[in-house]
Amino acid sequence: MKTKSSHFFNLQDSAFKYLLIGLSLLVVALFATIAYVLIDRSSYAVINNGAQFLLGTIWDVSREVYGAAPAILGTVVSASLAVLLAIPVSLGISIYFTEYAPRRARFYLSIFVDLLAAIPSVIYGIWGLWIIAPLIKVYVQQPIIGVIGWIPLFSGPAYGISISLATFVLTIMVIPIITSLSTELLSRTPMSLKEGMNSLGATKWETVRHVGLPFARLGTFAAIILGLGRAFGETMAVTMVIGNSYQWPFTTSSLFSPATTITSKIASELYEAFSTLQLSSLLELSLALLVISLAINITSRVIINRISKRGFS
Amino acid sequence: MRVISRKMTDRLMKYLSLLVTVAAITPLVWIIASIISNGASVLSWEFLTSLPKPFGESGGGIGNAILGTFIINALASVWSIPMGVAIGIYLSEYDRGSKLGAVVRTAIESLSGVPSIIFGVFAFTLIVLTVRHYTALAAALALGLMMIPLVAKATEESMKVVSEDVREAAIALGIPKWARTVKIVLSLARGGVLSGALLAFARISGETAPLLFTALFSFFWPIGLDQPMATLQVMIYNYALSGFSDWVSKAWGASLILMLIVLTINVAVRGVTRQKYAEGT
Repeated sequence: MKTKSSHFFNLQDSAFKYLLIGLSLLVVALFATIAYVLIDRSSYAVINNGAQFLLGTIWDVSREVYGAAPAILGTVVSASLAVLLAIPVSLGISIYFTEYAPRRARFYLSIFVDLLAAIPSVIYGIWGLWIIAPLIKVYVQQPIIGVIGWIPLFSGPAYGISISLATFVLTIMVIPIITSLSTELLSRTPMSLKEGMNSLGATKWETVRHVGLPFARLGTFAAIILGLGRAFGETMAVTMVIGNSYQWPFTTSSLFSPATTITSKIASELYEAFSTLQLSSLLELSLALLVISLAINITSRVIINRISKRGFS
Repeated sequence: MRVISRKMTDRLMKYLSLLVTVAAITPLVWIIASIISNGASVLSWEFLTSLPKPFGESGGGIGNAILGTFIINALASVWSIPMGVAIGIYLSEYDRGSKLGAVVRTAIESLSGVPSIIFGVFAFTLIVLTVRHYTALAAALALGLMMIPLVAKATEESMKVVSEDVREAAIALGIPKWARTVKIVLSLARGGVLSGALLAFARISGETAPLLFTALFSFFWPIGLDQPMATLQVMIYNYALSGFSDWVSKAWGASLILMLIVLTINVAVRGVTRQKYAEGT
């Protein structure tokens, strides 16, 4: 009787174990399917477009010419600028949070940062399009064009919707990602080092500057890469505020000009793609985005894992 | 003299860091304020419960979009939450640094780094192009794929913090491993699992890119799961870009509802978990 019941338990045990393994493998298979489908369906475009896909500046459905350079450059420029702008703000918030903020303010501050990350991107989009675009046009773009409009980078006309507006919205969306990681890293600065600095008569700023920041350097780098990945893949907000024009950066290089990104190209064209080559080219863009995002993600994970294993820097 | 300038630098950095903090909070307040001021005026019982009217007719609402968002979220949750929990259990309780565990972990981490639009493109290519019409089921596939890593990570992390003593006590009582895992460890970790699932639900409630080429949009009540379906997210996108003032103001109204759903879940979950954390320390 006893052996029977324990045998019964063993059967349930292994059934449960293999169920878990099966479901885990299913996710691996699903991920592999995503990669396979994109590779498979874009191979037609890879063969037909060739290097022209990466270098070409024209995307013309009627002539079946597909060059993605403006979209790729739009993504790289808007995402990189957004991250560059977000770094000082995020580090500033982290420093205020860990060193200067009163205890009660910290709680609300962390909620604010969490909520900033939780706002749906389509809402950033409608806000950017209907609130910020008209303001930025009149109060930022037009005055700048009036003064230094002779520099191609800041030449007119002002539309509001533009690559600079997309960068602005992306910056706000990236800030919570970098902030939450860098705050955690800064707050893990060993107390003994901080107390050591204190006993030497260092100010809070000197402690952060010479102990906290060097301590969190590698992790902050990982946070920045993670933010870059988010900015690369962001779709809705960018599509709504960037204007989806293929003119930038080859016909005009102005930061006040509408532009396009990989994601906004896919979002605005995929469901009306009729020709096989057009569809396949859009899938080639998706594949490029997937590869870039995975590379970014893996890099930051490797760094974060190294930090959590070895302690710090 | 030198002491003063060092202290001045410190004070300067304090106010500078406070300044950028305020600058970063401003957009959040601004977004919420503009959604309330533009969206509240269109709210009415009719707006929440009726179908959108054709362009040019006044009135009408977003009832089908609210229902559609909940249907698609429910469909995505039904398959992906159990899967995410199962994977979390596997990684926390069964994976002892095995190769398989490393592969699963890599897949989960990679999945969480995939841009949401890629899931939409994938579901579009796999399902919509095959059945040759837009369907809410493809949207549920895309959104579910986004939920799995979130739920799996929350499950793994909240099960790992359950004390080893509990597991050992259960072993001593002769309870089989599956029952120890499900009835004791998972049960103790259920708060974390639940909040992870809720946050994942909130996260996909705001996702629009995976819906654009899967569920598309519809001006009618949902008639079947394999049909195009209206959602709040796509409605906001379409209406905001339409440029017609009536539709834009309806997009603001829909944004207010979407924001209420997403922020309510977030604030509730974070409030509860923080309270617990405070009690524990």
